[in-house]
Amino acid sequence: MMTGLSTFITVLDGLLAGVGVTVLVTLASLTLGVILGFGLALLRQFGGLRAIHFLIDAYCEVMRNIPALTHLFILYFGLASIGFRLSAITAAILGLGLIGGAVTCDLFRSGFAALPNGQREAALAVGFTPLQAIFAILTPQALRIALPSLGNYTVQLLKDTSIVSAIAAPEIMFYARSMVTSSFQTTLIYATVAGLYLLLGLPLTQAIRFLESHYGRLKA
Amino acid sequence: MSDFIEPYVEYGREWLPLLLRAMATTALLSVSAFALSLVFGLLLALCRNARSRALRHFATLYVSVVRGVPLLAILFLLYFGLPGIGITFDAFTGAVLGLALAFAAQVAELFRAGLMAIPKGQREAAFAVGFTPAQSFTLIVLPQVVRVIVAPLIVTFVSLLKDSSLASLITVNELVLTGRAMATEYFLPLQIYLAVGLCYFLIAWPFSLLSRRLVPAAG
Amino acid sequence: MNPLLSVTGLRKSYGQVEVLKGIDFAVAAGEKIALIGPSGSGKSTCLRCLNFLEKPSAGEIHLDGERIGVRLGQPMSDRQLAPQRAEMGMVFQLFNLWPHLSVMENVAIAARKVRGLTAAEARELALEMLAKVHMAHRADASPLELSGGQQQRVAIARALAQKPKLMLFDEPTSALDPELVHEVLKVMEELAAEGRTMLIVTHEIAFARDIADQVMFLDGGTIVEQGPARALIQTPREPRTQAFLKQIRH
Repeated sequence: MMTGLSTFITVLDGLLAGVGVTVLVTLASLTLGVILGFGLALLRQFGGLRAIHFLIDAYCEVMRNIPALTHLFILYFGLASIGFRLSAITAAILGLGLIGGAVTCDLFRSGFAALPNGQREAALAVGFTPLQAIFAILTPQALRIALPSLGNYTVQLLKDTSIVSAIAAPEIMFYARSMVTSSFQTTLIYATVAGLYLLLGLPLTQAIRFLESHYGRLKA
Repeated sequence: MSDFIEPYVEYGREWLPLLLRAMATTALLSVSAFALSLVFGLLLALCRNARSRALRHFATLYVSVVRGVPLLAILFLLYFGLPGIGITFDAFTGAVLGLALAFAAQVAELFRAGLMAIPKGQREAAFAVGFTPAQSFTLIVLPQVVRVIVAPLIVTFVSLLKDSSLASLITVNELVLTGRAMATEYFLPLQIYLAVGLCYFLIAWPFSLLSRRLVPAAG
Repeated sequence: MNPLLSVTGLRKSYGQVEVLKGIDFAVAAGEKIALIGPSGSGKSTCLRCLNFLEKPSAGEIHLDGERIGVRLGQPMSDRQLAPQRAEMGMVFQLFNLWPHLSVMENVAIAARKVRGLTAAEARELALEMLAKVHMAHRADASPLELSGGQQQRVAIARALAQKPKLMLFDEPTSALDPELVHEVLKVMEELAAEGRTMLIVTHEIAFARDIADQVMFLDGGTIVEQGPARALIQTPREPRTQAFLKQIRH
């Protein structure tokens, strides 16, 4: 029994080395994705140029119909072969962030689309400029509507960071895979990985629930 | 620019059959896993509404756990972990099973939402003409549920298709692993992985478009 | 002569709230009975207890001599109730047509699946029932294309296709726009003239007066007054009945 427990602690210890990077990649790519996505959504929803609409649509379609693993390989191996050598962590954040931009763009657009036209009209009627209307009236409401989907996306993102182990970013799954080759405790290691991600997800889900209850969709 | 295009011209004829074969594997993997996940997902959804408390708890627990664990961990557990206790799969089967088990949770949630969207009166009318609960479910409720959730199911399929790329990490010879082998052989990772991306796009995009076309048809 | 339907001591509670406080009545074959009363009086609940869509808390219900809903002292499951329910036709306030089936299929499907008719037999029966409610010309339409009145008439045809011994109508016209009420009442009149046994929960007092043989006035979960339709409605005896009818007339 004691050896079982001590093995488990060794495994856990090894995995914890990767938690920092997991959290870093999650938060950094989330930030990048949300900022990019929100900007794209504003341009797509309220911008005038048809060409820009087309480009944004194309961007979202391409990013969302190709797997993250492929995006990562393009950024990490592909760019390196023509001279742009990115670190694994940079490639991870960039890759997941660019995809996140496409995903959150769609989320925010849905949020804006759910608002009745009357909201914007009322804002313009009291003398707001279109820009003021967007930021003061429409954005707060659209964000509230998009919050649950954003929450789901964030939880998914945390799990997706495990993929970056494939380009050797030193996060949880990477350490897990290295340990497996040297210790043969395969089931224990991956089961602990599963448990670790479940645990990491808990504060995340709590935070989302808190945000939803305080800033969630206003009932008419 | 011409530096970038040149390899496609030179090697295109060699690459095409490799990529096509890999696309077929990816497609087969995804369709099999999706079909299986539909079965598992429906079973799970039925468990959620079952009379037995044990079944209900099992279903809820299953969904919570699977939603919090990365797909990669599930695949590794199935393919690398289970042999330790005597159960071995070949890589393809392992991948199909892993994807199906993971996506069953998502499918179950869709079925659940669909079931809740059907008004109670539909079932009552079925009972009133003398249908048994089983008949009411298969003839009246389920067909309507399927109509409601077809679009989200297609979106789920596209997700599964993308996640099938993780099967490359348990040695399944699908698009990404084929791409890696090609990249090692030709030393042209940029061109090759972009081609791989294009292959995925060609398979996934029509489905994405289809799902969007189906959404307004709320009947 | 034995009544077709007999109800004794019917009670229904939802938690602490008792909605039916002891209902007793009988319906002879061919009789038409209207249930009237204010909202919340328990009329719909009473009707829904008859085919056990609501499970009574106490009481006995017998249809043609057979005990409904209870076998050998044990309450029956939905699966066991199915054949008994097929003997009673129910028409709902919200029609509840099945939108994924055509009008024809809505009427034919139960005849095929429950009573075992062949596809051709069921189709013929369905067309016959649809003709009875003057909807045969829309047999291939989707329920979603029909008006409320048309949907309700199809719902009546669907209930009739099971050749029930008894027809239950739960506020069949309450959800209809006023100009569509008449077409449904007309069909119900025609059914009444055929000699069908009908139990109708309704707010259409004039209809009840003209079509029903007996009227029962429910209030607060009990039958306050019961009697021949015309007499009760024109000269009610109980003060509560009088108050209710006076209100409705407006």
